[in-house]
Amino acid sequence: MHSFGYRANALLTFSLTILALICAMASLSDNLNSPSPTATVQILNVNRFQKKSSGDDEVGLTLDISADLQSLFTWNTKQVFVFLAAEYSTPRNSLNQVSLWDGIIPLKEDAKFSTKTKNKYRFIDQGSNLRGRDFNMTLHWHVMPKTGKMFADKLVLPGFRLPESYR
Amino acid sequence: MGFIGDSIDSLKSFSVRHTIEQVITLGMIVSSALIIWKFLMCVTGSESPVVVVLSESMEPAFQRGDILFLRMGEDPIRAGEIVVFNIDRREIPIVHRVIKVHERNDTRYIDVLTKGDNNDQDDRVLYAPGQQWLQHEHIMGRAVGFLPYVGYITIIMTENPIIKYILIGALGLLAITSKD
Repeated sequence: MHSFGYRANALLTFSLTILALICAMASLSDNLNSPSPTATVQILNVNRFQKKSSGDDEVGLTLDISADLQSLFTWNTKQVFVFLAAEYSTPRNSLNQVSLWDGIIPLKEDAKFSTKTKNKYRFIDQGSNLRGRDFNMTLHWHVMPKTGKMFADKLVLPGFRLPESYR
Repeated sequence: MGFIGDSIDSLKSFSVRHTIEQVITLGMIVSSALIIWKFLMCVTGSESPVVVVLSESMEPAFQRGDILFLRMGEDPIRAGEIVVFNIDRREIPIVHRVIKVHERNDTRYIDVLTKGDNNDQDDRVLYAPGQQWLQHEHIMGRAVGFLPYVGYITIIMTENPIIKYILIGALGLLAITSKD
């Protein structure tokens, strides 16, 4: 009953249980955080607006994205993944979400940022429905913890509109 | 070690009834593990409630060896969710993030494009030839939580099968020769 094997087994089981408990508590502590992020997005220029040979519309944009996501970070945060999606509906599709840009923020200090960039991913519609289309720019973030539950949320910025004709 | 000595002693002195008891105990342990696994499948609604991250395509968030907890749920797939999906000719499921969603007016039909955070290109190179989008039936679950490092042992066991056999052999020996 007091051999090395039994003692090692008891120690291992105990330490694994405590470790699991600590991970769970660390994850629960994230719920105490009440974040208050802010963001603004501007379209600086519509660089390209064409109908491709496949019949689908494509838009190329230059964007100005500013945000303050520092309040999302807790001691249990490994990184925050942030991306900007254009969201709109067309006669054929009730919802379209197209990610235009994303970034990874590993540190709280980097969470307050402002960037001017072209869209990282191509803004292509299913069909030719983008002329004069109203759409929202939604900033999504995904808080990835060091251990435990992941949190995702978004900020909807409405009021954007694509040009009436190709250019 | 007295431990090994004890095991060999107990192996030498066995009766039929004792052996049957040990086999039944072993069977009970295996069955309970299976019951817990199936129960998790029911609760999370996903075919694989827990997966191990195998590639570096989602770094730095998920490293090789991390464990992901999955849930399926009835909510529609939305951009930003980390999903686990199967491609027709591949046996290993892939864990990547949804970057584009096109949902038809009749809701059940949805086109999804995914990309690993650490990859330069979207996943169209991984899909089956001619496949541009994923649909609902390809997706097995969404990642909702994770534990770091814990899954590394399964990677070690997959890449060095010898270790797997040694471990299972040792556990089997332990179960059979334990005094209770």
